[in-house]
Amino acid sequence: MFDLTGKSALVTGASGGIGAAIARALHAQGASVALSGTKVEALEALALELGERAFVTPANLSNTAATEALIKTAESAMGQVDILVNNAGLTRDGLAMRMKDEDWQLVLDVNLTAGFRLSRAVLRGMMKRRWGRIIGITSIVGVTGNPGQANYAASKAGMIGMSKALAAEVASRNITVNCVAPGFIATAMTDVLPDEQKQKLTGAVPAGRLGDPRDIAAGVVYLASEQAGYVTGQTLHINGGMAMI
Amino acid sequence: MSDIAERVKKIVIEHLGAEEAKVTENASFIDDLGADSLDTVELVMAFEEEFGCEIPDDAAEKILTVKDAIDFIKANAAA
Repeated sequence: MFDLTGKSALVTGASGGIGAAIARALHAQGASVALSGTKVEALEALALELGERAFVTPANLSNTAATEALIKTAESAMGQVDILVNNAGLTRDGLAMRMKDEDWQLVLDVNLTAGFRLSRAVLRGMMKRRWGRIIGITSIVGVTGNPGQANYAASKAGMIGMSKALAAEVASRNITVNCVAPGFIATAMTDVLPDEQKQKLTGAVPAGRLGDPRDIAAGVVYLASEQAGYVTGQTLHINGGMAMI
Repeated sequence: MSDIAERVKKIVIEHLGAEEAKVTENASFIDDLGADSLDTVELVMAFEEEFGCEIPDDAAEKILTVKDAIDFIKANAAA
């Protein structure tokens, strides 16, 4: 099940906790992986750990030209991109009343617009080959909202809507477009929180624990697989029951 | 020059699975040959590949018939 031998995947934000877990999981199923991100050292360390079939393709997705160039770089490294995982994202939290235009724009640019540009660029090859998987890593807050994250929630909700539209456009070509929506996941970002706050987070999760990046990666592997070929335009919520939608 | 017309028609027949007799110069991809909008995008991609030229989006939007494609390629293609 879920064998990805011979497939090539591009994972953005692969230097982060969730992105790295996604890259490891796809690679473990036999896929070649292009690791994109801004932290080159972390990407190189991950490529070294994975060994064969791993390529480092750094890119700053707040830059339009770099975003456009990334697909070409990944295609020349692996021959083609069969699976695109739009995982790169950042936060610039703040109450809406005090949110600066730059903070709104940057979050939308990286989390949503870059994902659109990358999707548009990979679709050409996927259409020709009549096979493709585009997977967006969105967030539970894109569905529920969260105070202090008007920009982030908008970008993640936008990704869900965009994925549905793309899914409808290309379904006839055997290309699926889906999202995975993590809840609270233990990463470097949550490690630094005080224990009290961690307990509070965990209290909101029926499963009684924070998610592990591998919980998210497993969902991505499924959606990338041949077996998920009839699943498109969907959002898979992986959140320990925190929100049941 | 008729060579370009033949190659264009061949691509249209292959991609749309259209009957050869229906692929006349004045045939519209969508109205006469049963293409949908995604098919027209794919046709343009196939023309680009066959003739080694780039067809910008604003030009691609105006390629609605077999003749439109032949004319554009005659005017722009290297091959």
